[in-house]
Amino acid sequence: MKANWEILVVDDEEVMCESLAAWLREDGYSVETARDGREAMEKARKHDYAISFIDLKMPGGMDGIETMIEIRKIRPDASIIIITAYATVDTAIAAMKEGAQEYIVKPCNPAEISLLVSRIIKVKNLQRENLILRKKLTKHYHYRDIVSKNAKMHELLDLVSQISSLRSTVLIRGDSGTGKELIARAIHYSGDRASKPFIAVSCAALAENLLESELFGYEKGAFTGANGQRKGKFEIADGGTIFLDEIGDISGKLQADLLRVLQERTFYRLGGNEEIQVDARVIAATHKDLQQAVHEGTFREDLYYRLNVIELRIPPLRERRDDLPLLAEHFSEKLAHELNRDVKRFSEGAMRLLMDYDWPGNVRELENAIERAMVTSKDSVLTEDDFRFLQAKQESRGAWIPPNLTLQDIEKEAITAAIRRTGGNIKEAAAALGIDRSTIYDKIKRYEIARA
Amino acid sequence: MDEDLAAIEVGVAQALDLETRRLHSLPDPEFALDPKRAQYSSVEVMRAFAATAPTGTSKIVGITNRDLFIPVLTFVFGQAQLGGRLALVSLARLRQEFYSLPADHSVLVARAVKEVAHELGHTFGLAHCPDRRCVMSVSTDVRQVDGKRPTYCATCASMVRESEQQ
Repeated sequence: MKANWEILVVDDEEVMCESLAAWLREDGYSVETARDGREAMEKARKHDYAISFIDLKMPGGMDGIETMIEIRKIRPDASIIIITAYATVDTAIAAMKEGAQEYIVKPCNPAEISLLVSRIIKVKNLQRENLILRKKLTKHYHYRDIVSKNAKMHELLDLVSQISSLRSTVLIRGDSGTGKELIARAIHYSGDRASKPFIAVSCAALAENLLESELFGYEKGAFTGANGQRKGKFEIADGGTIFLDEIGDISGKLQADLLRVLQERTFYRLGGNEEIQVDARVIAATHKDLQQAVHEGTFREDLYYRLNVIELRIPPLRERRDDLPLLAEHFSEKLAHELNRDVKRFSEGAMRLLMDYDWPGNVRELENAIERAMVTSKDSVLTEDDFRFLQAKQESRGAWIPPNLTLQDIEKEAITAAIRRTGGNIKEAAAALGIDRSTIYDKIKRYEIARA
Repeated sequence: MDEDLAAIEVGVAQALDLETRRLHSLPDPEFALDPKRAQYSSVEVMRAFAATAPTGTSKIVGITNRDLFIPVLTFVFGQAQLGGRLALVSLARLRQEFYSLPADHSVLVARAVKEVAHELGHTFGLAHCPDRRCVMSVSTDVRQVDGKRPTYCATCASMVRESEQQ
């Protein structure tokens, strides 16, 4: 995990600067050097160094302490180690008072510096891990957290930042695994409503009447088992955002109810007489072509237009292949923390294989593939061999298909097989198929597949 | 010294399964002496070494009896060009005599083989390894040198192979 941390060495003497830098590089850190305070400040502005070693005595106006003070103005959390040739209590106290984390007297024992550096890095690693875990836990993603250098994605993210503080309904379209919920969260947490709740509901995972009570809540006695009053997701999301995933899958009755909420901003709890007002921004998502559904008469046209005030389309991974290396690195770093493995690099062959693959399950499939490769690989470099299973997946396509099967028959077979293979674990089966959990539930329902 | 070198050469060839060759010796690096520290500047020795090192071999390790240092540190066991061709190892602090103990040829050779393998690893682009038994683990004193094996762990070995192929 060391290569991710950068260290800066500041000293006017070249030999001193370069020899310490070389010694730290052998320890696996990437190290840069600066020859005076000004250069150090410029570099600190561009990079966030985990540690800066600064020599106390430097000619040319800025000594070590001044340099440290300036760097700390730019990077308040920087860890600074002052190097001094003359250990006097005064300079040590002055350095520590101005915010130096440590000071060392040269020449210093190698074991001492080694320990000092590893101690600071350990804390930095924990801080970063904490940040990642906290983000994961709260899922408070900002649009800046989305990894991409693709032009289409940047256009999309620009739009996300522009509309984040509006109240308008948003419809997100994208294939399964492209990150529809992530974009919805980014809209919510980048805008005015960030401090209010973000409530996600998967419309495909629940049966019609269950979804109805989930969305609108119920009064005591509304149905058998309704032992008390319960608030629905719309009420809980008041002031914030409600995210309706797989909106294309809801029934005609619910479509009518939803239309009413969108138009009137009011609704009734199940079995209730009291009209309830809500201010919840609606973000809906679907992998289906809703326009087509409107055409076929399965989706209400008026609801479609209500939802489709702002439309966002997330491109599938195969249309943004330039993001693959970036995403692969991102996931390997993220998973390294989660799996407690060393950060893995990708061999050229492995990267080529990833670039050539079709990614029907999109970013989610990529993340799963990298996790699988990281778990099974024993080396610190992920090679083509570690991703062979993708090739097998691609090649096996079409090879075994018997004649006289409809597309639906094949889909049913594939899902049944996946569920059997995972011993009834729906989440794993969905991941293996590269589809969303809500999508698999939808299909299980539609094809009446046995769940174990 | 000659006997030591011969044994180190054999040890390195065995531990790393590499072909080795002993080149001619160089004059003592008196130019690099820092009289105040009574030690030799590793950076300057390396510089002179780079200027005179012969071509024709993929990696060259210089071995000296002199005690080496860099300005910030009290001493270094050795130095290497990370991902480069040259490495330097000092025997001074690998000898039992340095710690006021009776001289021991086999202890010296065992330590020197590890230090040579370690610095060579850096020339293959390897950084320090967290596996304490791997020869690429960091050692800032002889006890740590004695505690590790003279060979690379599986991960480091595979990285050496990858570097060799390039």
